[in-house]
Order: sequence, then C-alpha cells, then structure tokens
Amino acid sequence: MSTCVVPATSNGHSKTARRVIVCAGTGCAAGGAWKVLQAFRAIDADATISHEACPHREITKSGCQGFCQMGPLVTILPEGVFYTKVTPADVPEIAERTLSHGELVDRLLYQDPSSKKKCRSTEEIPFYQRQTRFVLKDCGYIDPESIDEYLGLGGYEAAKLAYTRMTPPAICAEITKSGLRGRGGGGFPTGRKWETARAQIATQKYVICNGDEGDPGAFMDRSVMEGNPHSVVEGLMIAARAIGASQAYVYVRAEYPLAVKRMRKAVRDAEALGILGENVFGSGQRIRCEVLEGAGAFVCGEETAMIASIDGLRGMPAPKPPFPAVSGLRGRPTIINNVETLAQVPRILREGAEAYRALGTERSPGTKTFALTGHVVNTGLIEVPFGTSLREVVFNIGGGVVDDNGKINRKGFKAVQIGGPSGGCLTPEHLDLPLDFDSLKTVGAMVGSGGLVVMNQRTCMVAVARFFMEFTQRESCGKCVLCREGTMQLLALLDDVIEGRGTAETLHLLETLGGAVQLGSLCGLGKTAPNPVLSTLRYFREEYEDHVFRKRCRTGQCKALLRPEINQQVCKGCGLCVPACAVSAITGEKKKPHRIDQDLCIKCGACAQKCNLNAVEGI
Amino acid sequence: MLASLEQPSTAAQKFERICDILDRNARHPARLIPILQAVQEEYRYLPEEVLTYVATALGVTPARVYGVATFYAHFALEPKGKHVIRLCDGTACHVRRSIPILNAIRERLKLDEKHKTTTDQLFTVETVACLGACGLAPVVVVDEEVHGGMTPERAVAVIDAIAVQEEAACQPA
Repeated sequence: MSTCVVPATSNGHSKTARRVIVCAGTGCAAGGAWKVLQAFRAIDADATISHEACPHREITKSGCQGFCQMGPLVTILPEGVFYTKVTPADVPEIAERTLSHGELVDRLLYQDPSSKKKCRSTEEIPFYQRQTRFVLKDCGYIDPESIDEYLGLGGYEAAKLAYTRMTPPAICAEITKSGLRGRGGGGFPTGRKWETARAQIATQKYVICNGDEGDPGAFMDRSVMEGNPHSVVEGLMIAARAIGASQAYVYVRAEYPLAVKRMRKAVRDAEALGILGENVFGSGQRIRCEVLEGAGAFVCGEETAMIASIDGLRGMPAPKPPFPAVSGLRGRPTIINNVETLAQVPRILREGAEAYRALGTERSPGTKTFALTGHVVNTGLIEVPFGTSLREVVFNIGGGVVDDNGKINRKGFKAVQIGGPSGGCLTPEHLDLPLDFDSLKTVGAMVGSGGLVVMNQRTCMVAVARFFMEFTQRESCGKCVLCREGTMQLLALLDDVIEGRGTAETLHLLETLGGAVQLGSLCGLGKTAPNPVLSTLRYFREEYEDHVFRKRCRTGQCKALLRPEINQQVCKGCGLCVPACAVSAITGEKKKPHRIDQDLCIKCGACAQKCNLNAVEGI
Repeated sequence: MLASLEQPSTAAQKFERICDILDRNARHPARLIPILQAVQEEYRYLPEEVLTYVATALGVTPARVYGVATFYAHFALEPKGKHVIRLCDGTACHVRRSIPILNAIRERLKLDEKHKTTTDQLFTVETVACLGACGLAPVVVVDEEVHGGMTPERAVAVIDAIAVQEEAACQPA
C-alpha cells in the first residue's frame, strides 16, 4: 500500500505515513468501535488542527482482529502499535501523541497478565504470537468494504489464474494435492468433492458457500465474511470454475446482519468491476453470485437441507446418496463448501499446494480457526496450524482458565467442549492431544466448525450435556423419528438425572438410546446429536453417578440436588437469614443455631448471601 | 397506541407493497423465503391473510407457505413488540450464566416462556442460540444494539432506560 510507505521528506523532519485501523467486527462494534472510528475521522477532517507532523494519514476500519474481549481495538501502522479498550475520549490523545509524534499512549497498551509486561504491538502479545494466521491474515488489516484494498494485496489474481490459465481438472488436482479438507465439520477432502462434481455432465451446475454457521459458541465464518468477504467470493469463483458452474450462492445466517451486508457489498463491487458476470477475465465463462439470508434453522447447515431451503422449502435433509455433487440443487450437480474452506482456496492457488502442505499435519494440512470462549482469560478468534496441542491453545494462547469471578485459576481446567452440539468433551488427559481431524475422532470428539468452549471446575458436565441436548432437540427438523423423539427422550432422561430422579437404568438408557439415535438419523444433526451426552458419560461418568446414586452435584449447579444446611457450630443465631427467607423455611431461637426446613426450602440461596459467618453450606 | 407510532399506511398501500415484493421476486415459488422475509419486514410479522395471498400469487398451496413460515425460527406469526430483546444462550453465554439474566428480564417485564410479548406491545423477549459475539459473553441484543458482558442488573437497567424513553414519548407535549 502506497500510503504505508514512509515518505522521504526534504526538510529533515520525520514525516511519517500512518494508517489507523479500527476493528469493526461485531465484538468491537458492540463496544463502541463505530464511535471511535467517527472520532478519528472528525479529527482528520478538522481544519483547525494542524496535521503537518503527519500529513499522510489514513483512517480505515477492518474486520475482526480476533481479540474481541479487549475491544474496541485500534492498530496503527507502520509501527503496528496496538491499543485496546479504546474509547472516543482517547482519540484526541492518540492523534496528537501517536499519529503526530510517534509516541505511545501507555495506558491503552495491552498488559500481559502473567508477565505484567506492556505490549507495544500484537507481535509481543502471547495471544497473537503463538498463532499462525493464514485465513485471517488480512482480516484485521484490510478494509472489508473496499475491493481496491483487496485487489492491492493480490486479490482476484488466483481467480484470474483459474479462469485464464488453468483447466478445471488442473484446479481440482491442485486442491486435491494441497490436502484441503472441509472446515464445516466433516473434514471431507475438498478436491475429491470438486472432482466428483466436475466429472458430471450437466447443462447447469451450482456452487454454494455455506455461511449458515449455527453452532452455538462458534463465530469463525462470521469473522471471515465480515473481515475479508472478497476472499470468500474469490474462493467461490474458483470452485465454480473447477466444476463448470455458472451460478453461485452464498447462504448466510440471518443472525449475522453485518456479514450479510458485507458479502452483498463484496458481490456488488466485484460485479461493478466486471470480475463477476459475463466473460470473466476474458475467458468466455460466466458466473453469477447471489447472497441469500437464512431464516433461522440450524439444520440448514446440512447440505441437503440447505439445498431445500434455497429452493424455498422447509429445510429438511434428504437421504444421501445421491450426494449433492451428483444431484443437488434442482437435481443438478452442486458443491457446498464452508466459508473458511473457500477462503483458503485463493491462497492455495497463488502460493501452490506444496507451500500449503508445509502447515499443519500430514493428513490435516493447513490451519484452522477456532472460536475460543468460555472460562478462559483471552477469548476471541484464533488460528493455529492443525496438530497444535490443546494445552498450547488453552494455556498459552488462551492465557489459562479463570474462575467464576474472572481470576486465573491454575488448577481450574476441567474440560473443553469442541465442535458444538455435534462434538464432544476433551479432558485434562487430552491436553497434549494434537488438534486435527483424525486424532479428535479417536477420542469421540470432532473438529466440527471450530467452537472451543473452555470450562472450569464449577461447570456441571451433566448440565452441559443437557444444554446441547436441549439445543439439538429444539433444532431437530422432525423428519427422522429417532432424532425427533429420541432427542426429546434423551433430554427427559437428562432432566431426571439433574432433578434427582435418575437410577442406574437412566444411565443405561442414555447410552443405548444415544446409540440408537446415531444409527437411525439421516443427517449430521441426528447422527451427532447424542455426542455431547455420550462423550460426557465416557469421561465424566463419576459425575453422572454422583447425581444418580448420591443425589449430589459436586459443582453445586444443579439446584434440585442442593441441600442447604446451617452449620450448627458456626451459626451464632443472629437471625439475619430469617427475614431473608421468602418461604419462612428457617427457624430457631435467637442466639442459638438455626435450622432449614428442607421440605419448605426452595434453594434460592438468599440465606447464604445474608449470612456474615458463611454458616450456610451446600449451596 | 402502537398504530399511531407507525408511519400512516393504509391497508391498500400495504397490499401494493406486497405485490411489489412478489414482482421483485418474479413470483417464483423458489423465492418463497426471501418473499416472506420482505413481508415480515413490512408488517413485523406474517399475518395469516397475507400468507394465503402469497400462496395464491405463487400458485402453491397455503399449507406449503404455512409450513415454511412455521419451520424457520426467524418468522413470527404473531406481532412482535416495538423493541425486541434477544438474549444469547449460546454455549459461551450459557457457561457465563445467561439464564439468570433471562429470568431477570422476564421478571422485569412480567413475561414467561409462553408469553414473549408484553401486553402493551412494547417489548418482545426471545432467546437465540448464538449471536456470534461470544468474546463478549453473556450478550443481550436490544433491537440492533449489542450489549456485551451483561449481568441481570445491567440488563434490567437497559430495559428501564427504554421504558422511560417510551413513557416520555407518550406524554402529550
């Protein structure tokens, strides 16, 4: 970028070109990033302020820079100064000190909680240092709404290569050689999928970009669509060329209004420049692209359900085979690729399959983005090569596990839930397991779309299983009996465990019914719906047994199993708790230890809050 | 009450807009979902008679239109309140205790699982599976504004502020 180059000055003053990048992803926007951006623009436009010290300034926004919890984030180039939690009130000072004089505003720098060191730029922050940003490389840098910036960084060159210099079989072969696997969950080899569709003879073929990222706790695709929408459009163009399709769709989840807006703008801008449309790059090929908004159904992330939805029907899956690559939308060969998969494609073509294979593992090449959330110091969007250990992700990038009050707790790690409602749990014994498609499968989990929810010791694993089961039960489309009724029964069985009605039979039923639902469902939703239950039963069986046989929840999260009691040795009979109890369950003489009537108690915990001596136990 | 807050718009004008939406989508049954989305934007929900009309215009059965309208969570068959409060109950928000926030909001607005819209049609409370703002968990979205790092108290304060504004707007000048 020409504006980033330090211009030579004739008078000897250090006149520096600076670029201010305000993160405008959903996370930072919620924290007030738009106001910060406006404040920078206002100062920039203010004629009364002298900008002589820094005449070459550029104020832009970017997509998600990943460190959502520290937002709004502001990066200043070329130094790469990285400010966190910026408010509009900080902007004049940044403009004066950093933009004009190249000084740092200390209080806005990120301080590493473990070393207490102030970090000047992202390169010094462990959260960024240990990542390998491949798909996200340009996400936190370019203005997602400017096609010129994308073009300036070599954008659409891979598409041009694909349309003018490469034959469809050569593109498929290159992608197969790169070993790229679908990032949407299954990990199916992308090249093989394309080759199947390419080999079909049909008058019309379709490519669809799956942006229906429905897993709770996952936002990788959203960040890519918001942060670098043109990379998705370019990937989609290459896919279309590879199979011989002239119509492409981008199906975006309705809950992501900003992603819809940016994808639509990217498509419009590409059309305006003639990149999309008739006679692409003079090749005589045609490609149209339409952005469709989902209408709120998790099951539509499944290929065949998405095809039904695009055709204006209820999003219900169809049996496979025939696979969509053979007979998909309107009976034509169709390939559906995840956002992140497509976003990798342009760089693979540009840099070659070999370079791509250098990252990641033999069978899972490349990088994977993960949404790191839950009880962890640094939440946000991360990208690491496949094969990185869970320990590295949770403790080094994530900065460790926190307790309920947000304090770091070294012994707090209990589990990581990976892959959302289709995935499973990983425990301390898996901390050194390499994260890749195949090794995760061996322990009953899956990469899924990439949600990583860290859970501390205060999390009840039965309640976690119930949470996911409630989700899949609600989202089951109802077509397969075992999914529709089975998930409902699994949920009821989990409720029995949580509410203290469980027996040994309940645990046995959970396992056999879980297996039956896996077998008797058509699509990925039903086939994987029991995973969270089966996985927690496998690794946290003693917690289930506690609930069932001892009627106890060791984390104190399951209300029905609580038995609040007043420690008779500690209680001084002050009587503070008596009026606090809404159901008058506490009785006792003044200055003598009080008691709780278990039949009346509703386990609200009000007495424990009132007690100054912490005499109320078990709640 | 609510009607007076909206732009003056007669039934005939609205009907014209429906025809316009249908035309823009070439009256093609495959475009049913974008059509319903546009209709909902117009009415804030999908009135039954409009669904029947859309079915006739597209040449499909009303059952098919109704089937689609009830399948997707985004479509509402009952009017929503003026302000829509969406509480995220995705995994990240859930483990960071989103449910106490939901309970506090419902208590404040005297709503429960079955009753999602207040009787004065000012507020609708919904839960969503994930808004993708997990880094800020727990999250509440009021209309289009995202509020991160919520607590029951802060959520109630946000609602209180809107209620005060609404009351002020209703007072004669």
